[in-house]
Amino acid sequence: MIELFAQNLAPIMFLSLIIFLLLGYPVAFSLAANGLLFFVIAVELSPYSNSIRLDWPLLQTLPGRILDVMRNDTLLAIPFFTFMGIILERSRMAEDLLETVGQLFGPVRGGIAYAVILVGALLAATTGVVAASVMAMGLISLPIMLRYGYDRSLATGVITASGTLAQIIPPSLVLIVLADQLGRSVGDMYAGALLPGLLLTGLYCLYVFAMTMIRPQMAPALPPEARTLGTGVGQLAIVLAFGAVIGFGIWKYLGTMLENGAGIWAAAAAIVLLYAVAVFDKSLNINLLKNLTRQVIIVLIPPLALIFLVLGTIFLGVATPTEGGAMGAAGALLLSFFKRRLDFKTLSSALDATTKLACFVMFILIGSRVFSLTFYGIEGHHWVENLFLNLPGGSVGFLIAVNILVFILGCFIDFFEIAFIVVPLLAPVAEKLGIDLVWFGIILGMNLQTSFLTPPFGFALFYMRSVAPVKSYLDKVTGKTVAGVPTTQIYKGAVNFIILQLIMIAVVVMFPQLSVPEKAAEVDLNTIQIELPPLGSDGSGGELVIPGAPDLSQPPEINPN
Amino acid sequence: MSSLLGLARTIDAITRFIGYHVRWLILAAVLVSATNAIIRKAFNSSSNAWLEAQWLLFGAVFMLAAAYVLQVNGHVRIDVISSRLKKRTRDWIDLLGHLLVLAPLSLIMIWMSGPFFMESWRNNEVSSSAGGLAVWPAKFFVLAGFALLFLQMISEVIKRIAVLRGVVTEVDQHDAHTEIPAGEEAKP
Repeated sequence: MIELFAQNLAPIMFLSLIIFLLLGYPVAFSLAANGLLFFVIAVELSPYSNSIRLDWPLLQTLPGRILDVMRNDTLLAIPFFTFMGIILERSRMAEDLLETVGQLFGPVRGGIAYAVILVGALLAATTGVVAASVMAMGLISLPIMLRYGYDRSLATGVITASGTLAQIIPPSLVLIVLADQLGRSVGDMYAGALLPGLLLTGLYCLYVFAMTMIRPQMAPALPPEARTLGTGVGQLAIVLAFGAVIGFGIWKYLGTMLENGAGIWAAAAAIVLLYAVAVFDKSLNINLLKNLTRQVIIVLIPPLALIFLVLGTIFLGVATPTEGGAMGAAGALLLSFFKRRLDFKTLSSALDATTKLACFVMFILIGSRVFSLTFYGIEGHHWVENLFLNLPGGSVGFLIAVNILVFILGCFIDFFEIAFIVVPLLAPVAEKLGIDLVWFGIILGMNLQTSFLTPPFGFALFYMRSVAPVKSYLDKVTGKTVAGVPTTQIYKGAVNFIILQLIMIAVVVMFPQLSVPEKAAEVDLNTIQIELPPLGSDGSGGELVIPGAPDLSQPPEINPN
Repeated sequence: MSSLLGLARTIDAITRFIGYHVRWLILAAVLVSATNAIIRKAFNSSSNAWLEAQWLLFGAVFMLAAAYVLQVNGHVRIDVISSRLKKRTRDWIDLLGHLLVLAPLSLIMIWMSGPFFMESWRNNEVSSSAGGLAVWPAKFFVLAGFALLFLQMISEVIKRIAVLRGVVTEVDQHDAHTEIPAGEEAKP
């Protein structure tokens, strides 16, 4: 009996973790305590099983493991990007963007929905905070959509889904955490997620377009009296084309001098130029530009500049993601200072929110390190490996099973828990099956994004609920009564977008080259060269090979010996 | 009971004070790290001491603020089931959790990291990278973090017992998680 217990300690430990967690005691502590409890049990039972490789002195390595968590440069990006996102949120960037872009697209059918999607993507590329995006868009765009008779489920769905883009478009926190857990560089994860993220954004737009074609009454255009910024789309197009030509010229010029990144520098230069023109036009009262043109340029440029500062420098290899995060946070501080929206109280509360988030995330990680000391010590990873390697279908079967598992888990628990508890167990199996871990990470990231939309515990839905009107209210502009939004409509709205995301996951699975293209050799010392063989007919990407370039980042599992 | 509640209030005040003040180190870390990045690029030089300073600052934040975050119920829970339980049942789970999960955990960590820190402190251990900082502050944060967590655990146990015995009535903190509290906006 006791032998049986000792030899099946890993599954028993895992099962008891699940029970521990379901009791609802804080995850970080439950994880760690479960690890310690089974450490004691395992050491006591070690005479009964060969697979237990634990002894008391090993306990002394625990403080060192915590020190390693502290020393981890990658994770330092978490507080930086969180802080940046909160500061930008408090500086009301989302509001400014929504109002302007909404005006720009207003005259088109489904215009506000497009504006929400585009602003969602823009916010995603600067902040990476879902809550901020959903709440801002829910507060600003939802009332407008309801006022002009948008279909309610479409309206709430497009807002919640666009808010979750922050999870997949760099610089997202999920990708940082996944990079750490998979032992890949954050830069690679960001580069891999960019195209799938943009494609998903495009897919959302396509969906809205299709809906406006099938049922135009679902998303009407804004009536003329709601277009407060006036006209000027033609002029805007001319100005932007002008900017593009200049950018192209700079690109051609720089291309002869710089080895890489000329495009990014040229875009930055053109952006700054347009901004300068708009600001001069406004401050000197030249009025060469129409209201709409000027407003769009002035509002759009700062976030674009921040995106350049953060993502551009990371992709160019000029800055590490941690440095990029710090630069972005500093930039956000400057931006909100110049907008006169930075005061002591804002700063202090932003720091408080950052502290809370960073602290609970880091403690879950500490908990999972304590847990893994025991779990690997009793060869739990072999148990998990055998479970998944026995699945039919090889790497495809594995990917399908993992996606279903993560999708279901995502309905109930946070992505941080999944990333810290489940992913380190799956990563070695994926590697053994020859799956590229960056690609694997992008697939998981997409899937975890969906978890924000799935009832009953989709956080984006909660955020939406908290800002959507519950009861009917009197609309000030039209003077009509607008009915409230029941929770079922919010859920219903999310469903179609969940399907779109699942389609996108399937696309990424079928076309690995979207996230791991063949890389030029000069990218970065830290990144790993990945060479894709011609895609197999099954499209599984199962035969990806990673040549033995050194992986400088920390491996996800640590051998306790 | 009232003297115990006084103790709980004192502990809460201490951890809150620390939590309130260490948050500024995040701003310091941002500035240090941004400056490091600029200097590395512009002057092609970097200092190991400043590079170590950025993670040390962050380490101080999350270790020392952990007790404060526990106080404000900021450590995430999986509430699929617990959100459906009665408040009283959840109070019992918390009380037992504090005593059976957090107490042994923080005691073991204090017990392990005590010598870990003391040895480093006595030997004046310096980081292995050239021009690096002393190592003992980081090790001290580990020790101090778990010591503060242990203190906070005592306070939480007292408060939980007081609530269960009806000495104190309190706002239902846990519902905050399903209702989205004000602080939740930080959640990505």
